[in-house]
Amino acid sequence: MEAYLSLAVKSIFVENILLAYFLGMCSFLACSKKVETATGLGLAVIFVLTVTAPLNWLLNTFLLKEGALAWAGLPDVDLSFLSFITFIATIAATVQLVEMVLDRFSPALYNALGIFLPLIAVNCSILGTSLFMQEREYDLGETLVFGFSSGVGWALAIVAMAAIRYKLRYSNVPEGLRGLGITMLMTGLMSVAFMAFAGIKL
Amino acid sequence: MSSPATELAPKKAPLFPLDKKARKIVTDPLSDNNPVTVQVLGICSALAVTVRVDKALVMAAAVIAVLAVSNIVISLIRDKIPPAIRIIVQLSVIASLVIVVDQFLKAYMYELSKELSVFIGLIITNCIIMGRAEAFAMANPPWQSFLDGLGNGFGYGAILVLIAIGRELLGSGKLLGFQVVPDAVYAMGYSNMGLMVLPPGAFILLGLLIWAQRTWTGYSEAT
Repeated sequence: MEAYLSLAVKSIFVENILLAYFLGMCSFLACSKKVETATGLGLAVIFVLTVTAPLNWLLNTFLLKEGALAWAGLPDVDLSFLSFITFIATIAATVQLVEMVLDRFSPALYNALGIFLPLIAVNCSILGTSLFMQEREYDLGETLVFGFSSGVGWALAIVAMAAIRYKLRYSNVPEGLRGLGITMLMTGLMSVAFMAFAGIKL
Repeated sequence: MSSPATELAPKKAPLFPLDKKARKIVTDPLSDNNPVTVQVLGICSALAVTVRVDKALVMAAAVIAVLAVSNIVISLIRDKIPPAIRIIVQLSVIASLVIVVDQFLKAYMYELSKELSVFIGLIITNCIIMGRAEAFAMANPPWQSFLDGLGNGFGYGAILVLIAIGRELLGSGKLLGFQVVPDAVYAMGYSNMGLMVLPPGAFILLGLLIWAQRTWTGYSEAT
């Protein structure tokens, strides 16, 4: 239990997927103008990450990894070169499925998240989490925790940024720095702040 | 007198290599319509691989290759893709190309490919590639799409290498692994700026670069 907690803290604060690995920057920059949108997108990312990371773990462990096909009597097969295309297919399919399920059973939530769901398929933080999971050889429990807390970290960062940008509307930013430039500088400062968490161990 | 026939002629004629329009497709993304600083695409990898110049160069080459080829392929099959599933089709074209690049790097530059780790795989979700496929290759013939891919790839690569030069020079006093800042300067009390090697350095440097570039081209974003 302690190990999971420490992994969660590490991936939410210390190694925040956005501020330390730069994943998911595009939607972070595009959708951080309003707090409501940012919250909606953040929740959608948490959800999709929590589903896709364990799914990809299963695929990786029982189909792709070297020797993973031993259960089918093929111990020498190594399909790991197919992992990119498998992971992205899982993600795209999951997003599509989530969209359809939400549309059918919870139209209110669907309307709230609707336009962001397709965007999530190409959000690098989703694929990045699956690839990190594969590279660091997490087990299923760790993958679940890692996926969920990466999502929480991403959501935290985008909501905080949306709030800062809201305030920023009243300040006088130099012409060429408006929009992307100042957002980048602020993300840098935020990243400095998050680095203060480094060294925290539970 | 300009007859309608002569005005229509250039549109119908096949595109000559590097005529004026083609040149514009290539040079536009280098500065005025740069994918990173103006179109805001592909920021993720622009920041993550820029700690050292050699990593940035390999990454830029990989993106240029994937972008140019994926633009050609998608442009070739653009009439046959059903609109409803075009994202999946584009993703699978891109993912296959990225697998090829990844295997190539593993075979010939094993050390670097280990250091780039997941970021080669993340070329798949690099928004530049999807963005150009969607915005350009779906509506233009292969040759122009190829040029557009090259232009955007080089525009992206230019930003990548610029940031990497800044980070490597300020962060470790080296370029491509060779020491550039002389020992005498260190002796006078100069020290490397550790912040540049860390993530915040990348954000701040890119922010400043965007500022400089936008002031130069006069581009302004409505906020």
